Amino acid sequence: MLSRTEGAMHFTINGMQYDADIDVRTSLLDLLREHLGLAGSKKGCDHGQCGACTILVNGRRINACLTLAVMHQDDEIVTIEGLGTIDDLHPMQAAFVQHDGYQCGYCTPGQICSAVGMLDEVARGWPSHASADLARPIFDDDEISERMSGNLCRCSAYPNIVDAIREAHAASIESEQAA
Amino acid sequence: MRAFDFTRADSPQAAVAAGGRFIAGGTNLIDLMRLEVETPERLIDISRLDLARIEDRADGGLTIGALVPNSDLAADRRVIERYEVLSRALLAGASGQLRNKATTGGNLLQRTRCYYFYDTAASCNKRSPGAGCDARGGFNRIHAVLGTSDDCIATHPGDMPVAMQALDAVIVTLTPGGACRRLPIADFYRLPGNTPQIETVLEPGELITHVELPPPVAGARHLYRKVRDRASYAFALVSLAALVKVTDGRIAHAALAFGGLAPRPWRDPAVEAALIGREPSVEVFAAAADILLGEARGSGHNDFKMPLARRVLIAALRDLTQ
Ligand SMILES: Cc1cc2nc3c(=O)[nH]c(=O)nc-3n(C[C@H](O)[C@H](O)[C@H](O)COP(=O)(O)OP(=O)(O)OC[C@H]3O[C@@H](n4cnc5c(N)ncnc54)[C@H](O)[C@@H]3O)c2cc1C
Ligand code: SF4
Ligand code: FES
Ligand code: FES
Repeated sequence: MLSRTEGAMHFTINGMQYDADIDVRTSLLDLLREHLGLAGSKKGCDHGQCGACTILVNGRRINACLTLAVMHQDDEIVTIEGLGTIDDLHPMQAAFVQHDGYQCGYCTPGQICSAVGMLDEVARGWPSHASADLARPIFDDDEISERMSGNLCRCSAYPNIVDAIREAHAASIESEQAA
Repeated sequence: MRAFDFTRADSPQAAVAAGGRFIAGGTNLIDLMRLEVETPERLIDISRLDLARIEDRADGGLTIGALVPNSDLAADRRVIERYEVLSRALLAGASGQLRNKATTGGNLLQRTRCYYFYDTAASCNKRSPGAGCDARGGFNRIHAVLGTSDDCIATHPGDMPVAMQALDAVIVTLTPGGACRRLPIADFYRLPGNTPQIETVLEPGELITHVELPPPVAGARHLYRKVRDRASYAFALVSLAALVKVTDGRIAHAALAFGGLAPRPWRDPAVEAALIGREPSVEVFAAAADILLGEARGSGHNDFKMPLARRVLIAALRDLTQ
């Protein structure tokens, strides 16, 4: 066992390797934004109450503000910067653009990362509070709202966010069936 | 956040030997450390311990590792089939992101959401024993009406522990001395009395390793009803985990645990005794509610919880016995 208060740490983010010399108090969100210049993930509250900091760790969506960077040195971290690029958008990013799923855009990176993680949960058959039958959840707009409730939007772009996610889900099912 | 020493444990034995504060998902502890409500000098990272499995027990029950994330527990097929109330309670809590990180052990030990506990400028006996309680004469809409003391009226905010209380879960631990303890959830939480800073019977440095669920009650119907200020991503004002079985027109089994009412998940054997053997009727349900709330005492803003709990109980029993 190794005990420490600061020092060199190593991270895998968006498929790239990063080294950082940081205090153990540093949250994963502050590592990304303040130390590595990956400012796509946003800080809305720093208390787990808004979802603006949502990222994917080993494929699962989490709030980057409520975890310590030092605890994630062996993980695969994906942020909005790693989902797609301007020239090659992730299908969820493209759906948000097409449906205008934002106004100011501050919550958007968190919404998109959360939606990607959420559709993976749906594909694994995970139920939600909105599922009448927990063993066989049916995906509909109520499910989208419930499953995305951890992402607040102060501009209240919710209707278009739901449209974007519904379409990205339908497209992912189609491409699965085609494959 | 105060500085601390960080250590990753590679076994439960090493974790208890290290002598520090455990961090699992971190979703409650980091929040409180950032506000300096919690100021541990040493953090022991237990998140990589091999305690993230859900296993069948020979008696038909389940053993849940302390590090099983709330999402995985809620989605487990065995939990959905045998303990639906537990899945429902988990899914009613927090958000998808938080449930992915929150663990079984951490959820049991999450601390109150009392505003004054979070505000280091306020007086709070739980945070600084002897300082007083600003909630008593302050904003106490979310506070407890049962099991309180003059020193503290805070609630336990969790959903999962309420379902576990209705299911008679047993909490399994490893003490710093190396002993394994099995603590029925009914004996796990302590009421505040004049030591509201002590919330459970755990010794300092004792590690929760597992939670055991006894075999399911055959034929019982399950329900988790949570009343809150918004439809999702909010703590309970009142919640109820209920398992009820009706045989030959009479209530044969009733397990009823409440959240939002007390400093711990609240289960009153007298309420269940008033139902068992009776034919379901609104009069019988109302009599059970009278027993539940006989000793209840509001602090002003939270007085509404008493009629609300009564209505939740009666409606739930009606739904489960129809
Ligand atoms: C915005 C928000 C909304 C929320 N809404 C809800 C809700 O509606 N319902 C609900 O129930 N919860 C809710 N939560 C709380 C959430 O469920 C808890 O934060 C979570 O369950 C804690 O688990 P953790 O693993 O992250 O614990 P940590 O933060 O890691 O630890 C919490 C405490 O438990 C101790 N601990 C952890 N594991 C062990 C162990 N194995 N043995 C001994 N001690 C241990 C730690 O030392 C610490 O004191 C919400 C949280 C947030 C931030
Ligand atoms: S109710 Fe309890 S937690 Fe809240 S201020 Fe009073 S002593 Fe502190
Ligand atoms: S910044 Fe993490 S949830 Fe708000
Ligand atoms: S687009 Fe402005 S907060 Fe969501």
